[in-house]
Amino acid sequence: MGKQRSNAQQPVSARQQNFLRDHHRHHHRITFGRFLLLFFFLAFWEAASRLAWIDSFFFSSPSGIIRYLGQMLTDGSFFTHTGITLFETIASFVLVTGLSLFSATLLWYKNSLSEVLEPYLVVLNALPKSALAPLLIVWLGTGSNTIIVAGISVAVFGSIISLYTGFCQVDPEMCKLIYTLGGNRKDALVKVILPSSVPLILSSMKVNIGLSLVGVIIGEFLAARRGLGYLIIYGSQVFQLNMVITSIIILCAIAMVFYKLIQSAEHYYRKKA
Amino acid sequence: MQPILSLRDVSYSYHNLKGETPALSHINLQVSEGSFVAVVGPSGCGKSTLLSLIAGLLPPEDGEILYRGLSSKDYCPDSALKIGYMLQRDHLFEWRTVYQNLILGLELTHSLTKENTDYILKLLHDYGLYSFKDKKPSELSGGMRQRAALIRTMAIRPDLLLLDEPFSALDFQTRLFVSADIANIIRETGKTALLITHDLSEAITLADRVIVLSKRPASVKREMSILYEISREDPLAIRSTAAYQEYFNQLWEVLTDGKTTV
Repeated sequence: MGKQRSNAQQPVSARQQNFLRDHHRHHHRITFGRFLLLFFFLAFWEAASRLAWIDSFFFSSPSGIIRYLGQMLTDGSFFTHTGITLFETIASFVLVTGLSLFSATLLWYKNSLSEVLEPYLVVLNALPKSALAPLLIVWLGTGSNTIIVAGISVAVFGSIISLYTGFCQVDPEMCKLIYTLGGNRKDALVKVILPSSVPLILSSMKVNIGLSLVGVIIGEFLAARRGLGYLIIYGSQVFQLNMVITSIIILCAIAMVFYKLIQSAEHYYRKKA
Repeated sequence: MQPILSLRDVSYSYHNLKGETPALSHINLQVSEGSFVAVVGPSGCGKSTLLSLIAGLLPPEDGEILYRGLSSKDYCPDSALKIGYMLQRDHLFEWRTVYQNLILGLELTHSLTKENTDYILKLLHDYGLYSFKDKKPSELSGGMRQRAALIRTMAIRPDLLLLDEPFSALDFQTRLFVSADIANIIRETGKTALLITHDLSEAITLADRVIVLSKRPASVKREMSILYEISREDPLAIRSTAAYQEYFNQLWEVLTDGKTTV
């Protein structure tokens, strides 16, 4: 960062100005292209349904979605359903991140433990989690608990495995340095393993948030009376396709917000480092 | 005077399911206080294992290591002898500033006192790194990084410095001067140093005594005292003396068992 600051103090040459201008122009073009694509997609969709190329009863239409969204906002159902899905996703994401960090640390700390648990982790990770859902309903009932646990079960095992693998790949010489300076294994963990794994932890968080959302929606399909997953299933059963597609679009928006949040955390870390 | 370090009949083997790989066999050596000793030997002969044993990272399978006459079994890190270990690569952590890297040893030994941090600042001044103290390690050149690594090692005020090919990551030109530079720093502070290297000319320009190890499993093959009439400040001047040539030839003969071709 210091380097960039010192560059900024020097007078900017014509070539540098050219470079900066081209860079910004390129950036704007990309953004423009993205919006253009969205605009054409929506316009084509709307036109297709109005001109009856597609049946708007099955395929809905942007105007139908906006109308339905307005209705959801006025009767407040938008906030209940989106709120509950958000709450469940965030809860399972936080628990997944905490649990997997804790478990991966424990596995790294106790080698024999990781040797014992490895096959179990691999099997649990490979198991299709939707197979667990009926079991969870019987055990925990049909409420937020079941859905949060479903969200955790989808993400947690893969996250533990990838964090643990990352911890083990940290250069052993760095740990040796800690030992030569009089530190022990705990010091190696705190001073080397965890700080050097921050990028890995952030990227695993990116994966976790997506998987938590997947798990929560699966859970809501099977065991909920509220939430976007419930709306999707209910809407498809009563042929309210506006309801289904609006919920899917809200899900897209949620996924995007989460992604942006973690991206800015990554950005903040890179700036600091 | 009692040697600062002595090894008596030390042996060590690595074990895996395919069998046993003896690395060191009956090593006997002594290092006296304030001396600069270089250990050379064919590559893969167990030089790094030797340092790990001396640093107490591995326990010897046989034999005994004595620090100022005290057995390594009774040795604890806070006792009379502190050992500093400089690894092959500097391993300055990118997530810490240069200064934060240097206080790592003090943090780990819970001795982050004003006196000790002042000592680090003094070393930073002496080695010309003071203006870089709040930079990231990646902003330092290879030679500066090596000096920073030396300060990190010196910060815990070791009595014995172990150097495990600390210059091997540097290009030839830098290496020539940085190695002489660091050897001079060590000599001026009166520390005892044990340098491991595979570079014969480095060994005979820097050290007072060169110990030659045999092929794996390593044992001490020969010890040689090195003495020059001129100062060691200038690595190039040393390398052009007749004594240097003589030492080099002797060492070469010992290492190759008199065979001139490989």
